[in-house]
Amino acid sequence: MSMTSHGYRSSNIKDPKLLMWIFLASDCMFFGSLIGTYLVYRGRSLVGPYPQDLFDIPLTTISTFVLLMSSFLMVMALYYLRKNKIQSFRLATFGVIIFGSIFLGFQVFEFSHFAHEGLTLQQNLFGSSFYVLTGTHGIHVAIGVLWLISLLITSYIRPMTSKDEVYLDVAALYWHFVDIVWIVIFTVVYLIEFI
Amino acid sequence: MAISSQSAKNLGSKVLIRPNSQTKGIVSWLTTVDHKRLGIMYLVASFLFLFTATIESSLIRTQLIRPNNTFLSPEIFNQMFTLHGVTMVFLAIMPMGTGFANFLVPLMIGARDLAFPRLNAFGFWIYIAGATLFYSSIFLGGAPNAGWFAYAPLTSLSANPGHGIDFYMIGLFLAGMGTLATAMNVIVTIISMRAPGMTLWRMPMFIWMVLITMFLILFAFPPFTIALVQVIMDRSFGSLFYVPEQGGMPILWQHLFWIFGHPEVYIIVLPAFGAISEVIPAFSRKPLSGYPIMVFSGMSIGFMGFAVWAHHMFTTGLGPYGEMAFAVTSFVIGVPTGAKIFNWVMTMWGGKIRLTTSMLFAIGFIVTFVMGGITGIMVAISSLDAQINSSYFLVAHFHYAMGGGALLGFMAGFYYWFPKFTGKMLSEKVGRFVFALIAVGFHTVFFPQHFLGLMGMPRRIQTYADGYGFNTLNLISTLGSYIALVGACLLAYDIIVTMRSKDRKAPNDPWDARSLEWSIPSPPPVHDFDTTPVVVGQDTFWLEKYPQFKNISKQEESEIAKLAKESDKHGIHMPGASWWPLITSVALFFGGYSIIFDNILLGIIMAGLLIFSVHAWAFEGVGGYYVTVDNDGGKK
Repeated sequence: MSMTSHGYRSSNIKDPKLLMWIFLASDCMFFGSLIGTYLVYRGRSLVGPYPQDLFDIPLTTISTFVLLMSSFLMVMALYYLRKNKIQSFRLATFGVIIFGSIFLGFQVFEFSHFAHEGLTLQQNLFGSSFYVLTGTHGIHVAIGVLWLISLLITSYIRPMTSKDEVYLDVAALYWHFVDIVWIVIFTVVYLIEFI
Repeated sequence: MAISSQSAKNLGSKVLIRPNSQTKGIVSWLTTVDHKRLGIMYLVASFLFLFTATIESSLIRTQLIRPNNTFLSPEIFNQMFTLHGVTMVFLAIMPMGTGFANFLVPLMIGARDLAFPRLNAFGFWIYIAGATLFYSSIFLGGAPNAGWFAYAPLTSLSANPGHGIDFYMIGLFLAGMGTLATAMNVIVTIISMRAPGMTLWRMPMFIWMVLITMFLILFAFPPFTIALVQVIMDRSFGSLFYVPEQGGMPILWQHLFWIFGHPEVYIIVLPAFGAISEVIPAFSRKPLSGYPIMVFSGMSIGFMGFAVWAHHMFTTGLGPYGEMAFAVTSFVIGVPTGAKIFNWVMTMWGGKIRLTTSMLFAIGFIVTFVMGGITGIMVAISSLDAQINSSYFLVAHFHYAMGGGALLGFMAGFYYWFPKFTGKMLSEKVGRFVFALIAVGFHTVFFPQHFLGLMGMPRRIQTYADGYGFNTLNLISTLGSYIALVGACLLAYDIIVTMRSKDRKAPNDPWDARSLEWSIPSPPPVHDFDTTPVVVGQDTFWLEKYPQFKNISKQEESEIAKLAKESDKHGIHMPGASWWPLITSVALFFGGYSIIFDNILLGIIMAGLLIFSVHAWAFEGVGGYYVTVDNDGGKK
């Protein structure tokens, strides 16, 4: 319970942050349904290509590592903003944007490579469920990148201080969540094929 | 009362000026972020859809009035029951609950708006966008025709080549986004914006039920949304999710749909439970009996609601263990529901009952819902379900639960809160006839359908042959639907007469009721509360009127009053209106058409508009204005 500039509040968490937590709870169900669909259809494709023919674990490990490191930079960006070190904050945010874009680049490369090998959305159940699952995740990453670009530009248009922390905090929560979802996807879609 | 505007100086205001408190007329409604106006718009829209769906059901019943009837062709009949089901579930009853919640949640917890007023406006406009898109199918090549649960592979491109199914999928996708946005908004509001002293255990029961409902929406809508996306991908982009020839499993749609679909039943009925829990204590002059039991039974209904979905699929071959598990959970969920029924009856027991129209509807709700519950336990027996699945018995069962339950509950709430919504009193005399016509009509329609179902009449058939013994019961059922339609028309007539009359002014507290919304004028002023309310217990407004029932130490009360006073120092900030929720919804609306009609150019333009309007929304600045209340203002 606390007072803010708008008067009395019955909880200590800021509204945008609480909204993001609640949204992420819901997003868990979105990805849960997609991953569930993928697992239900796993091994049920009538024609190839099949996962073992296509997946390149070392390559995907690199892109996974890049995405994980972007989360680290995200933490740094938030740290610097809280300390009012705006230049360092901008640098770290820029780093997150670059790492996120590299991850997206890997995904574009992977998709076009798979399509070249004959796996299209229309080819088999593996194609349908794989592309819709990883595509949805890719859209999440892309929205995150756009969001951070907007925040970065904002920091040049108007002065940004530690008071604006909640805006970055919300974006950071989202970013970490998208990262965690990728860990799950990497495990149950990619690694599971080679156990 | 003085109003001072504070102009916005950011990006958004350069693009499209943020309407201020002086804006009047249609623009003020299109851009409003006021929870009361949005609540009223939700209620008006849902009542219009309710009326539409009632007319559709009358057409269906007219077709079935006698054997071998040719009033509706089979194609039109399929479209008609799909329209009726989708409209009732997604466009009428569920938004009605959202409308009540929108108007009442801030008033009942002592807040001045929802946490995110513009997100709230977006939720409303995207619901209208989805509903409009869905209904435009009638003029663009035929309505969807696969029933409200649209089973695969009936929705596949080879089985259903027209555009009807696309309208179902994308219309509900859009409306579902709005539902999710509003659910998140309401949860944040209830957690963070309660007035000083309003602890969780002092919240009115309606607020508890809305909170649980919103959590159900949060977890139930994503699986459905994903299922919709999968069918859209199948139909528009050639993926194979529900194409059996390629190994796709139509049963997956049923699972994803019912993981959503069963909680949906509780999403519809829990707000009605909440409304009843306010109406019955007010008209019995007693506090709600068993408050904690009501809260925990609501929660356990919420949890268990996710554990019973496969009882909709007993005839799909789940195997004996699956069927047994889901039969048991379905029996168990009857227990907390029964606890609620007992508590409502116990509240009335020994009370000083006033039989207003609202109370009549509440009692009608209890009786009708119990009957729906008993047939519910019957269909939960998987061996019996195998016999009566997809028969008229099932139709009777879920109409008793949804129509007789949720709808009668909402009608009780509607008569109860109408004075607060509009500042006018509905006629109690006419109300009695409305109740009689709707209740008698309802039971005349659906009671005979139990027997029709047990006699073997399947649902969703366009006609039936003579000589099966179906004729009389179908005739009675159809006549009942006309009685209910007359009741609906009488209600519409009374609402219009009441709104136009000048001398049916409602006092602040016409029912001698118990919760905070009755402590302010009817209809409430734009800033809701002149001073931050001080909450001293459950039914805090009742305790204010009758202090002898207070059960709070002097010290705690003065601490709460101090918090409220301190809060008032910050002034009353009202959010500014905004165009962007509407424009964002318009972008998504036309984006939906671009997918249905494969128009890439339109899609790109709308994606651009979407990104632009989201940014303009984010950067349009605080805006809004301050309301200053004179010391004696509002108390006169």
